[in-house]
Amino acid sequence: MTGPAATPGTNAGSAAEAPVMLEVEHLVVEFRSGKERVQAVSDISFEVRTGETLGLVGESGCGKTTTGRALVQVQPATSGSVRFQGQDLGRLSKRELRKTRTRIQMIFQDPISSLNPRRRIRDIVAEPLAIWGTGSAEERAAQVRSMLESVGIDPDTAGDRRPQEFSGGQCQRISIARALMAKPSMLICDEPVSALDVSVQAQILNLLADLKAAFGLTMVFIAHDLAVVKNVSDRVAVMYLGKLVELADSDDLYRSPAHPYTEALMASIPEPDPEHVSTHEPLTGELPSPLNPPSGCRFRTRCPYVQDRCASEEPPLREVSPGHQVACHFPLRQLSPVPERPAATTV
Amino acid sequence: MIRPTAGRGNAGTLHFPDVSDLADPLLEVEDLVTSFRTTRGTVHAVDRVSLTVNRGQTLGVVGESGSGKTVLSRSIMGLLPARDVLRSGTVRFAGHDLTAMEPAQLRQVWGAQLSMIFQDPMTALNPVVRIGRQITESLRLHLKMDRKEATATAIELLRSVGIPSPEQRIRSYPFQLSGGMRQRVMIAIALACAPRLVLADEPTTGLDVTVQAQILDLLAAMQQERHMAVILVTHDLGVVAKRADDIAVMYAGRIVERAPTRTLFAHTRMPYTRALMDSIPRLSDPSGTRLRAIGGRPPDLIHPPTGCRFSPRCPYVQDKCREADPPLRTAGSPDHLFACWFPLVDGVPSGPSGSGQPVTLTTNGAPNNAVEAPAS
Repeated sequence: MTGPAATPGTNAGSAAEAPVMLEVEHLVVEFRSGKERVQAVSDISFEVRTGETLGLVGESGCGKTTTGRALVQVQPATSGSVRFQGQDLGRLSKRELRKTRTRIQMIFQDPISSLNPRRRIRDIVAEPLAIWGTGSAEERAAQVRSMLESVGIDPDTAGDRRPQEFSGGQCQRISIARALMAKPSMLICDEPVSALDVSVQAQILNLLADLKAAFGLTMVFIAHDLAVVKNVSDRVAVMYLGKLVELADSDDLYRSPAHPYTEALMASIPEPDPEHVSTHEPLTGELPSPLNPPSGCRFRTRCPYVQDRCASEEPPLREVSPGHQVACHFPLRQLSPVPERPAATTV
Repeated sequence: MIRPTAGRGNAGTLHFPDVSDLADPLLEVEDLVTSFRTTRGTVHAVDRVSLTVNRGQTLGVVGESGSGKTVLSRSIMGLLPARDVLRSGTVRFAGHDLTAMEPAQLRQVWGAQLSMIFQDPMTALNPVVRIGRQITESLRLHLKMDRKEATATAIELLRSVGIPSPEQRIRSYPFQLSGGMRQRVMIAIALACAPRLVLADEPTTGLDVTVQAQILDLLAAMQQERHMAVILVTHDLGVVAKRADDIAVMYAGRIVERAPTRTLFAHTRMPYTRALMDSIPRLSDPSGTRLRAIGGRPPDLIHPPTGCRFSPRCPYVQDKCREADPPLRTAGSPDHLFACWFPLVDGVPSGPSGSGQPVTLTTNGAPNNAVEAPAS
């Protein structure tokens, strides 16, 4: 487990044949804002295969967190379906949903506020077992011990303490331990490292990779930093203003991004190398308001390659190479020396 | 010791020469020590830090949470709590010793000559004051502008930091703006009186990577235009790699390595600096590449470890490291300082006993005591 060796389960080739665990079809999530309706997620479809990690990346406001919440039905879908292991979660009764949710757990961005400040660590971690009345008190205590150990928290010194005594990184470890107590098959991670220092971020990302292998987890990993997402994911879905704009194997996405937005996201990542020369223009402007999204392609207002057609016609998600989907009228040419796209109009 | 809020004595007007008449270094910090008295003991947050910043240059200060980088920037500014703080050492800025200044004198410096951009614009901005007034406040105080002139200047400033329709925006409250827009307003406030030095404390932490790139580019453009010096404080070496002239790496209240940026990256001497670089996920690495995380956490600054403070987490630790405190010294290049007994040479520790193999540790999710060294 040392060294930069590939982590088990992160090989896309093997996961491609695995059965589908989660299937999202035409998912729409709307919020009401006064009399108006805002579509936070507009008609997205994707699937997650058993054993794989799907990354969901995009800027604040792109709908990635809402999508994550809709996957566990914390946020009900306005239309469309989320099928988990064959069951349509939206059609389950409350009781059935509660039971199913033990198999699909979530961890959140702010590790400190997602733990109850008044409870002790051992009780926080034991709660999923206590709720379901699993095992005797002694058995539960033993499970809590072993889970805390596997996330790198010493149960003897930490068990009786409260969340405020721990750093952000340690609280995230505790949140992960709590999520795994119910023995889920799927873990949804919503920006689990964006509030942490790079040094702690690396520890948590390695921990998630280890736990994924140890517990045979399937993951959805949501974040705004493409470098982080790429590191942990087999496949990456890029979201922009409620839409899925590109979906590809993560190394493929990096080698040949087809959507101008993906290219721009890459250009924004600060490379820890003073000699590195960025080949792409970083993104300008801000995300348009989802109350009144641009017509046609939603990215056109910030796209350096925008054409007339982009305003009049919405580009559908289509396959440009096997397993690589993009929603763009003029996708960046795949691994070709001559770009097919029209010349960049200056922004 | 400075009590910024106390006293309103008339201190007379300070004289600051024009930028072109200033001598280098613009800022010279010598043996700065800041400690806090707490019920648990004294926290040595900044321990004998010396650094210099020249006119128009950028110094990156990099370290983890708890390394003392924020206390360092606040100590330079003189923005420390009045009670239970011990500060010694000197901070010479444009020919004046800030540590010797009266509060009334400091108020002439803050905003006008020396300003700060804080990490969280939501809490740093006043939530019940329109952003226009938060900018015009210092223009009227320091530059003695009248209301009309100050408002016109504020609109221009907002335009220059990329805020659309600034004529309307000056009437907005902070909560009506996005995080990126609020940070732009913070920059406009900090730059309003054309200061010579701006301290930016994690100005982009908590923002999206796309917005981060925009904010850092903006800061660099403003710096160039105004020939302003910047101290950019961050936990991410990636943020300063292409933006700083020099980088100072802090650990446990001390500077442990300092060099011109290219030298620091090309000839890293301190294992801690190397470890910080290695912990950043790179887009160019294949998916699933294991990150070389630094195990453990920065030490408790009430009882720092003896010897080298990084020794409990260092993969190359030797007995000497635990016994004796390595001084900040040079080898070869005079502007490259580091505090390590067995500095890295081409990624391998040097010295008589430092030629041993890096310690390789397994991690099954457990925090280990050292850097996860690459498998050889």
